[in-house]
Amino acid sequence: MDRVKDLASAKAAVIFTKSSCCMCHSIKSLFYELGASPAIHELDREVSGREMEWALRGLGCNPSVPAVFIGGRFIGSAKDVISYHVDGSLKQMLIDARAIWF
Amino acid sequence: MPSFVPAIPASNSIGSEGNIVQSTQNTDFGSFEHSLGFRIEDAINLSRDPAFNQIKSNGRALGTDIQVRAVNKSVVASETDQSSTALASQRIALQKESHLNLVSIPGAHSENWGDSNMADTSPRTETSTDDTDDRNQMLEAGPSAALVASDSSGRSKEKAVDQKTLRRLAQNREAARKSRLRKKAYVQQLESSRLKLTQLEQELQRARQQGIFVSSSGDQSHSNSGNGAMAFDVEYARWLEEQSRHINELRSAVNSHVGDTELRIIVDNVTTHFDDIYRLKDTAAKADVFHILSGMWKTPAERCFMWIGGFRSSELLKLLMNQLEPLTDQQLMGLYNLQQTSQQAEDALSQGMEALQQSLAETLANNPPGSTESSGNVANYMGQMAMAMGKLGTLEGFLRQADNLRQQTLMQMHRILTTRQSARAVLAIHDYFSRLRALSSLWLARPRE
Repeated sequence: MDRVKDLASAKAAVIFTKSSCCMCHSIKSLFYELGASPAIHELDREVSGREMEWALRGLGCNPSVPAVFIGGRFIGSAKDVISYHVDGSLKQMLIDARAIWF
Repeated sequence: MPSFVPAIPASNSIGSEGNIVQSTQNTDFGSFEHSLGFRIEDAINLSRDPAFNQIKSNGRALGTDIQVRAVNKSVVASETDQSSTALASQRIALQKESHLNLVSIPGAHSENWGDSNMADTSPRTETSTDDTDDRNQMLEAGPSAALVASDSSGRSKEKAVDQKTLRRLAQNREAARKSRLRKKAYVQQLESSRLKLTQLEQELQRARQQGIFVSSSGDQSHSNSGNGAMAFDVEYARWLEEQSRHINELRSAVNSHVGDTELRIIVDNVTTHFDDIYRLKDTAAKADVFHILSGMWKTPAERCFMWIGGFRSSELLKLLMNQLEPLTDQQLMGLYNLQQTSQQAEDALSQGMEALQQSLAETLANNPPGSTESSGNVANYMGQMAMAMGKLGTLEGFLRQADNLRQQTLMQMHRILTTRQSARAVLAIHDYFSRLRALSSLWLARPRE
């Protein structure tokens, strides 16, 4: 959990993924499209990947990946990200966290 | 006369009397008519000439009749092949013609119609020896037949007055009428069975696609997914009906200019009902994601524009923008942004799908460099399959996100619009899709050569 928190606060936009997860690929594409450069952490490449996944589930992330943090705050999984994106709040959050500027 | 089987295409118009003339253009009737020795159209014209009918009443076997019968025989012989329905109908049409033209026919048997229509084979009283010659002349002289017919009318008029002849004529008419009715019933029966047959074939094909074994010994998993797909199709049909009812309610509300609050309630009813389909799709996807993704539950034209199991929100917004005028600047901006964001989300999801496809292909394409031992290969193979299975499982997730995107986009659109604009938008969306469905029906019903 600490590892998750540390990593999440390290950059404005942080996404936890798995290398085999294609939905993660979609969310990453979305962020790149918006002009953000999120920090990507692949759980299956992390030493404590299992614990991190468990921690993410504990935060309510289902499925556990992709797990998106903006400005250190847990935003949600793919469904939440898309919903926020459609109503415009994702962009605003990214601007507020200085992940993007416009 | 040689056995002759006319090459008749199975057209939709087969089976009705009037088309015998029409189909002469489509078939080999040219040569067929030639072998008959006169043109069928002329036969029809002749039959309409009352004088001709009187001549026939003498009950002499006409060469025409024999030739028609020979054709019928050969048509019956070929009844077993696929165009039998067409041929049978043609035969019936032909026989109809033959009965119109040749009311009193000597007692030669008729294949399917029994004897009763020939019940009054008139005694072959050779009252006029000239008649044979006249008839032969008529048959072979084609267009001049009409002239000959009117020529002999004077001579046979006295005979027509004869009581016996009158009764015979009436009986012939009656028999012919009964025979026509029977033929009509038979043709209708054939038509309905043909329709039923095609329906059954379609059902069977659909059931096969959904993995249901035709024999009762299907295994459980197959029948489960089949049930899921079919159950969804049924529910979707019901949903469409309910939706059109809601839409009608909304349309009449808009047309009768009800107040905003009432309109809002009706619009909300429609949008709530619209969301039901996503619940249905979610359930169905758990049972059979490929059925939803394939779009087999949609009509062909709708399927053409499909994206991950449904419509493309960005496209829909583009279509609606024009119909929602007048829009304030703020609304325009909002809608334009919405179109952008939904496009971005669609692109992101599409990229994910592509990555999935690629990954799946790589998984299956790799020949695992295993040992030469068969057991090792099997283990590798199973491992490969297990990985592929895992990847396939993520399809459901993509469908769910695509549906989520559709729902969110529409919700956001309604937030931007006024009540009245929302109502118009809902109607416009429904009309667009129902036109697509109508197009599909027309396409499927188009006449084919």
